[in-house]
Amino acid sequence: MPFVNFFGNAVSGFFIYLGEVAQLAGETFASILKGRIRFKLVLDQIAEIGYRSQLVVIVTGAFTGAVFTAQVYFQFASLGMGTAVGSVVALSMFRELGPVLTGLMVAGRVGAAMSAEIGTMKVTQQIDALRALAVHPVDYLVVPRAVAMLISMPLLVVECVGCGILASYFVAVNILNIEAVYFMVNVQKFADSSDILMSLIKGFVFAILIVFISCREGLHARDGAVGVGRATTEAVVICSLSVLVANFFLTMFLNILFPAGGW
Amino acid sequence: MSAAPLIAVRDLVQRIGPQEILRGFSLDVFQGETLVLLGKSGGGKSVFLRHLIGLMKPVSGQIHFEGRDIATLNERELEPVRKKIGMLFQDGALFDSMNVRQNVAFPLRERGERDEKVIAAKVHDALAMVNMNGHDKKMPGNLSGGMRKRVALARAIISPPDVILYDEPTAGLDPIVSDSINKLIRRLQKQLSVTSIVVTHDLISCYHIADRVALLNEGKRYFYGTADELRTTQDPVIRDFVDGRSPDDEPL
Repeated sequence: MPFVNFFGNAVSGFFIYLGEVAQLAGETFASILKGRIRFKLVLDQIAEIGYRSQLVVIVTGAFTGAVFTAQVYFQFASLGMGTAVGSVVALSMFRELGPVLTGLMVAGRVGAAMSAEIGTMKVTQQIDALRALAVHPVDYLVVPRAVAMLISMPLLVVECVGCGILASYFVAVNILNIEAVYFMVNVQKFADSSDILMSLIKGFVFAILIVFISCREGLHARDGAVGVGRATTEAVVICSLSVLVANFFLTMFLNILFPAGGW
Repeated sequence: MSAAPLIAVRDLVQRIGPQEILRGFSLDVFQGETLVLLGKSGGGKSVFLRHLIGLMKPVSGQIHFEGRDIATLNERELEPVRKKIGMLFQDGALFDSMNVRQNVAFPLRERGERDEKVIAAKVHDALAMVNMNGHDKKMPGNLSGGMRKRVALARAIISPPDVILYDEPTAGLDPIVSDSINKLIRRLQKQLSVTSIVVTHDLISCYHIADRVALLNEGKRYFYGTADELRTTQDPVIRDFVDGRSPDDEPL
């Protein structure tokens, strides 16, 4: 019986949580559609989310592309398929690694910052002060972050993928001595616009998950500094897990729309 | 004093967890008066104040402001009401990412004022009213408790509201700063004709500013009258509060 209660509470808690995130998303999109957008705050958030996340995204993309190239080459070379490295790395970066790694990096950097900032405002009554001044917290805090995320995240994904393929090219051509022309031909032959589109769609969906989970955690923070710390940790953990789980379902769904072809 | 109250609270009930904080609290507040709400610490005074601006919803009861029950309004519907009611939070609740000037200018910008000259002039006037000019570039973290409260007050009055709610405006302040806040509350009432509701347990402040006094005891209104009536009453509960006596059998 205790097990049933525990399981029941966990399931109901999960659906309540989903409902709260969905409600926040609904309120935010309604505000966006009604034009309640503070453009200066959106630009500030683009600088925070997009511009200041570039280093981590570039380094992650570049070194993942580089190491993936080396590993694939070591396996493929023994089969005489060393020149296929470019196509494998490009497809993997576009379809999986680029969006997922960017999602995880942004969840760690931006999700934590969002939940900590909003959570601190919550526990120090600054959100109550906003409400008392007739400013809706969703309009002031969530809408600019959501708009900035939806603009920044697909661009960060493209940046991550681009850096990964460039690093792959560098390692393949300069270190592993693969002919540049074979590398380029294989990339162009196997990666097409549907892969880029898949990458962008995943980036867009991850942006939605990260921004609303992080803001929800911040808005529900309580019990002072400990509560803000808890909200921040939960935001990063839940965002990261959501990105990984959503990625699987997105891959299955998007593969129906954009089948991996050309092989 | 007009016949119809500006704010009429009826049978307000609020629970936090298992504890019933307000048990059918009723109160009338009239246009232009300063009403002081006294009560023990943790007795529900601040909780009551938060209901008046819609930051909390009651379990039951009505809060009529200008004839409309605001307890039934949602967050969006409350926005026009909140433009008419300013609130001074206990610790100021200044936005810690903004300096003093940006904090005070915040309500103006949010209400669509874009002329920087107008904003600068209004911020200057509001800060002058609370004797805080010259501190406009400081961050809230670099201000003392009294300065934070005065800046928060400047933010609350820059778009003059009809009603100002003060949550413990003199708590934790030295007697001289407390007196300056009391004088400020009086001055605002005279200059801007605002209706004020002040939650405090500072009796000096109460005698200084109150047109009328209400005492909240065990979730209900126990006393409602003038400061003189409070001073002279022989009711033992009120006398204990006014004279600062704890019950003899209260454990240490």
